[in-house]
Amino acid sequence: MNEIGKQSLFKRTLLNAPIILLFISVLNDFDFNYLDLNYFSFNFTHILIFYCGLRKNINLGYGLIFLAGIINDTIVNLPMGLSSLSYLLICLSSAYLKTITLRPSLLNDLIYFLITILVVNSFSYILLTLIFSIPLEYTNLLINVFYTFLLYSLFVHLFRFYEKIILGQLDV
Amino acid sequence: MQTSRDDFIIAIRSAFLKKGTQQTFSLLVLISFSLILLILTSFNFKIINYAKMTIREGVYKSSLIVSAPEKFFKKMYFITSEHFSFYDEYQKDRLELEILRSKNLLNEFVIQENNRLKSIIDDYLIISDEIIAKILIDKQSPFAKSVIANKGSKHNIKLGMVALDGEYLVGKVIEVNYLTSRILLLSDFNSKIPVSIEPNGIQSIMSGTGKDYAIIEYVKEEYIIKDNSTVYTSGSGGLFKSGTPIGKIKNLDLKGEKQITFFSDFTQLNFVKILSYEEAKLKVQKKAKIKAAEVLKVEEKKIKVEEVLKVEEKKIKVEEVIKLTVDRPKIKNERNR
Repeated sequence: MNEIGKQSLFKRTLLNAPIILLFISVLNDFDFNYLDLNYFSFNFTHILIFYCGLRKNINLGYGLIFLAGIINDTIVNLPMGLSSLSYLLICLSSAYLKTITLRPSLLNDLIYFLITILVVNSFSYILLTLIFSIPLEYTNLLINVFYTFLLYSLFVHLFRFYEKIILGQLDV
Repeated sequence: MQTSRDDFIIAIRSAFLKKGTQQTFSLLVLISFSLILLILTSFNFKIINYAKMTIREGVYKSSLIVSAPEKFFKKMYFITSEHFSFYDEYQKDRLELEILRSKNLLNEFVIQENNRLKSIIDDYLIISDEIIAKILIDKQSPFAKSVIANKGSKHNIKLGMVALDGEYLVGKVIEVNYLTSRILLLSDFNSKIPVSIEPNGIQSIMSGTGKDYAIIEYVKEEYIIKDNSTVYTSGSGGLFKSGTPIGKIKNLDLKGEKQITFFSDFTQLNFVKILSYEEAKLKVQKKAKIKAAEVLKVEEKKIKVEEVLKVEEKKIKVEEVIKLTVDRPKIKNERNR
C-alpha cells in the first residue's frame, strides 16, 4: 500500500514537473552570474510559459502563473504585478498562436516567440522607466531577449524529450 | 497562417476568455487583476505594502531552500577554480606580503596619528553596534544588484544602514522586513555614492552600472585620475563614514570611462556587517550631552555645598558674635569683682 502511495507521488511529481520547474525558476532565478560571463543572461520562465502555452497536454494554470509572477516580483524587487502581467501576456500570445495554428512548426513558434518577448519586455521597460521611474539599461534587456530566443529551441528539444519519456506521447 | 479580421478577433477572444480544462480563472480576469495590482503599487497603497511585507517573509525563506542546490554547485565551482589557481596566487601573495610587511610599520604610525586627529575634530570614531547578517539570497540579475540578509527590524536593522564586507563597503539597506532586509549593492544601477579618489583627494560621485564594476561621474576634466588610484567614501551627506575603502580605478582608456573594480567580490558574499554611522554620530552627540549634563550637575552640587558651607560659616560667626555679646557683661562683671 505504501509502495503504491510512493509510486503515485513520484508519478504525480513527474506529471507536475513543469509547474515545479516554474516555481523553482522564479524562486531560484537561473542566472549563472557567478561564472563571470559578461553579457549573458536569459529568461527561462518566459521559455517555459510560452512552450507550455502551446502544448495541449501540459497545463500550468493561469492562476499559478500569476502567483509565480508575484513571487518573481518579490525576489527581483520589481513593482508588484509586473512579472505576472508579463507572464500572462506571454500566455495570451501562446494561446492565440495555438488557436490560429493548424500545423505547428518550430520555426514559426520561434519567430512568434521572439516577437512576443520583444513586445513583453518593451512593455515592462516602458512601465518601469515611465511610471515607476526605475532606470534600466535597454541593452541588458535586449541581450536577455537575444539569449532567451537563442536558447528556446534547445529547451524545446529538452521539453519534448520529457514529454516523450514521461508523458509517453508527443502532441504535434 | 493567414487570417481574416474576424478570425483574428475570434482567436483573440478565445485566447482571452477560454479557461481550458483545469483553469479556475480566465486570462482576462488575471490580466485585469495584475493591472489593478500595478496601479495600486504605483500609488503606494498601505494594504499593498503590508501584503508585500507578508509575501516577502515567506518568499525569501522558500527561495533560500530552493536555491540550496545551486548554492552548493556555486560553492563547488569556486573551490575548484581556486584549486586551479592556487600556486599562482601563492606566488603573488608571497610577493605582496613582503611589500605589505614593510608598509605595515609606516601604517601603524599613520593610523595612530589619524585617530588622534579625528578625535580632535570629533569625526566618527564610535560606530553603532555591528550586526552580523548572513546572506540568504544573492539575486544579482543584470537588472537588479541586491542581496537579502537574514536580519530585519526585529534585530534593529533600519533603512539606510551601511553594509560592509570586512572593511570594504558593499552597499546600504533599502528594504527592511521583520526578519529579513534587502541590501542594494554598489554595482546596482541606482547606487550613487559620494567618493574621494586618493592620492589626489578628488571628490566625485560613484555610480553603479548594473555590471560588476562602477564608474566615476561628475569629475571636472582638469582633474587627472591615475590608473590604480584607490576609491574611498568621502563621507559627504553623512550616511557613510569617510575613508571606507571601495575599490580601485581600472580601465581608464575605455571610452574615457573611469571604471572602479570593487575590493569585495559581490558574488561570494556570505556574511556582511550592518551598521549605521549616523547613529554613531548621534551617539557621540548624546554622550557629549550626557557628559555636559553630568558636569553641570556636579558643578551645581559644588555650588550648593559651597553655599551651605558659607551659610554654616555665617551661622557659626553669628553664634560667636552672640556668644561674645552675651559673655562680655559677664566678663566685665568678673573683672570688676
